[in-house]
Amino acid sequence: MIQEAPGFTIPTARPRARKTPWQRLWRDPLARLGLVVLALFYLAAGLADPIAPYSMYFNDPDVANAPPTQVHWHDAQARPTWPFIYPIERRFDPMTFRQTYHEKTDRAYPIKLFVKGEDYRIFGILPGNIHLFGVDSPARLFLLGSDINGRDNFSRLFFGAQKSLTIGFLGLFIAFPIGIVYGGVSGFLGGIVDNIMMRVAEAVMSIPSFYLLIGLAAILPPGMSSSERFALITVILSLIGWAGLARVIRGMVLSIREEEFVVAARAAGLPEFINIVKHVIPQTASFVIVAATLQVPSFILSESGLSFIGLGIQQPDASWGNMLKAALDNVNDLLNQPWLIAPGILIFITILCFNTVGDVLRDVLDPKSQGLA
Amino acid sequence: MSIPVYILKRVLQAIPLLFIISVMSFTMLKLAPIDQLAYLRANPAISAEAIRAEEERLGLNKPAVVQYFIWLSNLLRGDLGVSTMGGSVFVLLMQRAGATLLLSVLTILFTWLIALPAGVIAAVHRGMWVDKFFGIITTIGMSMPTFLMALLLLMVALWTRALPIGGLTSPDFYERNLLGQIIDVAHHLVIPVTVLTFIGLAGIQRQVRANLLDVLRAEYVRTARAKGLPEDKVIYKHALRNAINPLITLFGFEFASLLSGAALTEMVLAYPGLGRLTLEGVLTKDMNLVMAALMLGAVMLILGNLLADVLLKLVDPRISLE
Repeated sequence: MIQEAPGFTIPTARPRARKTPWQRLWRDPLARLGLVVLALFYLAAGLADPIAPYSMYFNDPDVANAPPTQVHWHDAQARPTWPFIYPIERRFDPMTFRQTYHEKTDRAYPIKLFVKGEDYRIFGILPGNIHLFGVDSPARLFLLGSDINGRDNFSRLFFGAQKSLTIGFLGLFIAFPIGIVYGGVSGFLGGIVDNIMMRVAEAVMSIPSFYLLIGLAAILPPGMSSSERFALITVILSLIGWAGLARVIRGMVLSIREEEFVVAARAAGLPEFINIVKHVIPQTASFVIVAATLQVPSFILSESGLSFIGLGIQQPDASWGNMLKAALDNVNDLLNQPWLIAPGILIFITILCFNTVGDVLRDVLDPKSQGLA
Repeated sequence: MSIPVYILKRVLQAIPLLFIISVMSFTMLKLAPIDQLAYLRANPAISAEAIRAEEERLGLNKPAVVQYFIWLSNLLRGDLGVSTMGGSVFVLLMQRAGATLLLSVLTILFTWLIALPAGVIAAVHRGMWVDKFFGIITTIGMSMPTFLMALLLLMVALWTRALPIGGLTSPDFYERNLLGQIIDVAHHLVIPVTVLTFIGLAGIQRQVRANLLDVLRAEYVRTARAKGLPEDKVIYKHALRNAINPLITLFGFEFASLLSGAALTEMVLAYPGLGRLTLEGVLTKDMNLVMAALMLGAVMLILGNLLADVLLKLVDPRISLE
């Protein structure tokens, strides 16, 4: 990710040792905060299995739509104690048709650290069954309540992060090579080919992106496995993201290939294709790095938007978008269940961090500001 | 090149572009391994003849290439086909287009009414608390998903009980007099317009600020100050007018991007607009409807850009339309 930025070098003579872009990025307090938060998010997503008290599919239908579990920090005599919870039971009021949950206070279940729980494999390899915290069955520790199937919202936020956070980068790995190669080839060939290639890119850009997105998502056949669906959603996101980049790269190639050092290499007999690959494309690096940082949040946003309307990641898999859908489904009762907004807040924080880092990175890599800092 | 000739040229250029878009969209939708009539087939009460008639009506029993040209020739005659929900796609689109247009125009109006002064104030008081305040607001606006913003405002509406949650009209809309109807619609528009304005504000306020800061460094601004002009005259008469050009390009783009941005907001707020219609079309696999919506979106985007270029020429005579 962004850590690769130090590899970027500034092709000008340096009168004195200047800080690397990475150091200047890190020196900015906001960018540093953004990077730290993002690092924590990615760490939490990667270690979702051992951190989350339950697995993504764990469900207990007896406690569906439960509110967040009340954690007690004081015992009956109001003395501070190790946190514990009470199990809850559902009651149904036949007059108002409302179900409510009440604590059964006959037995307390202390919250335990490093408890044995469901088996898992981290990254699908490392087996384990120790969870950072949890409670003994039959009590359930639902820190952010449970969804309609009685699954733990808190745990599913971690598993949702795995999908929501990686899809942005995976999309980048498809969209950016396409954009760079397409723009490079178009700028290299020029003439009629360039003209046709750019018209096609413009056509892609002329369809409002969200309409294109849902149109593409709609053609995905139902009944795909969740990993197939995940992969195809990624491809769809990249099919939308490449065109704008291709246009800019083409413009840059056209102008950079007239620069003196490129002309010099051409005069020295370097074939034009190698010249473009070796001398022109690397010059676009700082633009590409910034564009990539700002593209990731837009991919994340698109994925969550798609999942939010039910065209992206499907149940029973979790993604922040499809978890937020619960808020839309319960919109009239949202005031009583504000915790349903949590996935949306996480999407917001993630995008905020990426945008902040991207903004600072743009200033740091901007050739115009090189001499100033 | 005079403006009418220029418009004509741009419209002619748009035709091949729209053709490419239509081929791409059509290919995309035909790749879909889905059966538009699946819900009819699943219904045992519907006879095989009725399904065949429906296939004939929607043109589904012909090869895809033939279907495309049928679609194209119908389009040229102004016929967008029939929706699987029954009824003409054109009528469906027109019913919803008004609501979306109303939302878009109001959003653009409010966005610019707020963004322009906010950008100017931020640029003039650069680095001071008011600039930082707007900086925070726009950072939030740039990172806030529209659907989250809509949900949060719905929570506010539920909490205060002062605003309707969703829709465009109240159930008793048709029993009200004209003034009552206008007030009712305005009441329903508060949340959607606020959501879209807040989101749209961010980019434009930043652009205004950045452009104005650039211009304030120009020599003619220094000259204006040196000859003793009052500061507000320097800013509003000399600087701002020159800072406005790049914004007009944004203006055209905004119009089209509102279509995309509004879709999710319309969905959350149950607003009867084009975006929600398209979403419903996608969810019910209504290909004619989705195709028409894609084309309409593309036309709006192209028109928005054309409008911006023409406005730019009107505002700045130095720009030559080539």
